[in-house]
Amino acid sequence: MRLERRTHTPLYLAVLAPVVAILAALVLAAGLIAAAGVNPLTAYGEMLRGALGSKLSLTEMLTRATPLIFTGLAAAVAFRARLWNIGGEGQFFVGALATAWIGHTLVAPGWIGVPVLLVAGMVAGALLLAGPAYLRLRFGVDEVVTTLLLNFILILFVGLMIEGPMKDPLAFGWPQSVPVDGNFRLPDLVPRTRLHIGLLFAIGAAGLVWLLLARTVFGAETRAAGLNASAAAFAGISLPRTIMGVALISGALAGLAGSVEVMGVTAGVTTTMSPGFGYAGIVVAMLAALHPAGVVAAAVFIATVFVGADAMSRATGVPSFIADVIVALCLLTMIVALLFTTYRVRR
Amino acid sequence: MTEAIDLLLNTSLWAAVLRIATPLIFGVLGALLCERSGVLNLGIEGIMTMGAMTGWLAVYMGAPLWMGLVVAALCGATMGLLHAMLTVPLGLSQHVSGLGITLFASALAYYLYRLLVQVGDLPPTIEPFRAQEIPVLSDIPILGPVLFSQTLPTYLALVAVAIMAYLLTRSPLGLAIRMTGENPHAVEAQGLNPIRIRIGAVIAGSALMAVGGSFLTMAAFDSFFPGMVQGRGWICIALVVFASWRPGKALLGALLFAFFDAYQLRLQTVVEGVPYQLFLMAPYVLSIVALILVARRAEVPAALMAPYRRGER
Repeated sequence: MRLERRTHTPLYLAVLAPVVAILAALVLAAGLIAAAGVNPLTAYGEMLRGALGSKLSLTEMLTRATPLIFTGLAAAVAFRARLWNIGGEGQFFVGALATAWIGHTLVAPGWIGVPVLLVAGMVAGALLLAGPAYLRLRFGVDEVVTTLLLNFILILFVGLMIEGPMKDPLAFGWPQSVPVDGNFRLPDLVPRTRLHIGLLFAIGAAGLVWLLLARTVFGAETRAAGLNASAAAFAGISLPRTIMGVALISGALAGLAGSVEVMGVTAGVTTTMSPGFGYAGIVVAMLAALHPAGVVAAAVFIATVFVGADAMSRATGVPSFIADVIVALCLLTMIVALLFTTYRVRR
Repeated sequence: MTEAIDLLLNTSLWAAVLRIATPLIFGVLGALLCERSGVLNLGIEGIMTMGAMTGWLAVYMGAPLWMGLVVAALCGATMGLLHAMLTVPLGLSQHVSGLGITLFASALAYYLYRLLVQVGDLPPTIEPFRAQEIPVLSDIPILGPVLFSQTLPTYLALVAVAIMAYLLTRSPLGLAIRMTGENPHAVEAQGLNPIRIRIGAVIAGSALMAVGGSFLTMAAFDSFFPGMVQGRGWICIALVVFASWRPGKALLGALLFAFFDAYQLRLQTVVEGVPYQLFLMAPYVLSIVALILVARRAEVPAALMAPYRRGER
């Protein structure tokens, strides 16, 4: 028995892979739920109800999916070029900080301010990833380790800023940064819920990323650099330029996640505002097989797990960490499933 | 300023250096063993978390301390087996699989902790490893309190460095492991099985990582809480590069790193007007700087991250 590379992946397999991966992850996690003395089917039922059962829970789930779409896109763009950006968490926070900082000091009408703040978040995120990308290109330093370490540095930096220069004097000692001006808050998509128009920005971003990757020379160069770097260089593609371009786009997308979260949901920055959006973005990207359209669907699924698990935990007493277990299992089952979309088993 | 220098002359600082270095020594040896065989193991952060939780849990449920170490090692080995299966026979991306293991092992550890342990206002504690003064030697001035009044796992870590150094450079098994990391085809030509060697190295390396993690809950502290590994695993991955994949240099790197960590903790108390977060950032910044310094002359195992498939170039 041996593995043989497929010349092309049939569409049904590409769609089937994440479905099978998710089912496998849910079956594996069912064992852990049963260990808590709860019927897994009851638990999964509670999860679905908690995430999709009412207008409020549905909007809450989509609110959670919004930053995940951005961080998922950030990971997908980078991974396609084999740039291992694991720093989505740090880029999220730096984008959020830049947005809160400028959004608090800027005096302008909303139609100027909102784009300015979005760009601020993008620039901050892009610059944060440009560093590790430069270190890889110039010195050969592995970007996985540098981006991971930067996540820890950034969370401390957020703490420093919100207890120091950006401390909100009106927060009664609660560690929180100054909020963005009311002019620059993103309007609600559904009245009297937390869902804001950032969701539309995220879906728009997915469309733009798809156009960029599938319909431009840069997109083709990215793919080539990811598939076979030396062949791409031989074909005349500048690897440093491509990698740096990818880094700037990926960092900008993750920064945008933080920016939109601040303008749409939290107004100020706290160290606890992300339940691991950056890391979950990696799972989103892999579940989507690095495809921008898939990212939107995968982000909705992961958000369903997170929001649903909280409700399920309240109803049944199963620890809500089960959500993180399911998400991690999805990543592991998905990479195995992807193997069968690129290889076939020959006897 | 004189206070900052006085700190350096205090034996408690140097004793703390060895204590802080212990989990890093285990972690860096484990990562080094995996990488020498050609497999990057980014599962380390999660495996250390798993070791910290399971070792502690075993003792909390009544097992003796040494049994806690064994339980941690076995749980780490299990996670290592999972990573090895995905990356060696299946040849999946070592980056993505490793991150998956980290996410999975940490989430599983937190889940099981919440499930099995009743947490009140304060996390429950165990009776941890106490410092063991080695008779006679611990009476030596300065050196005694620093080197010979440590906990059992710290002595174990130092012994592990020597064993690892001997194993890798002086034994046939070590030669086979190093060769698998450099040229698995040559190993195959020798009649050895590179797949088995890699799986074995990843399992053993992961067990070491988990023991390193268990030091946190069984000697450094006496309880478990989420997020307690705090990037120590990633620092170990950086230290392996810094040590150019050599056990002796790995010990040196871990000690150097632990020195800066212990020193910044004490410096916080004497230096005023500097936000404490800047001190806490220092270890992470230092790791990045160390990577940049050695990157140019890094002697990376040639087949690191290259999956081996029989009969495929």
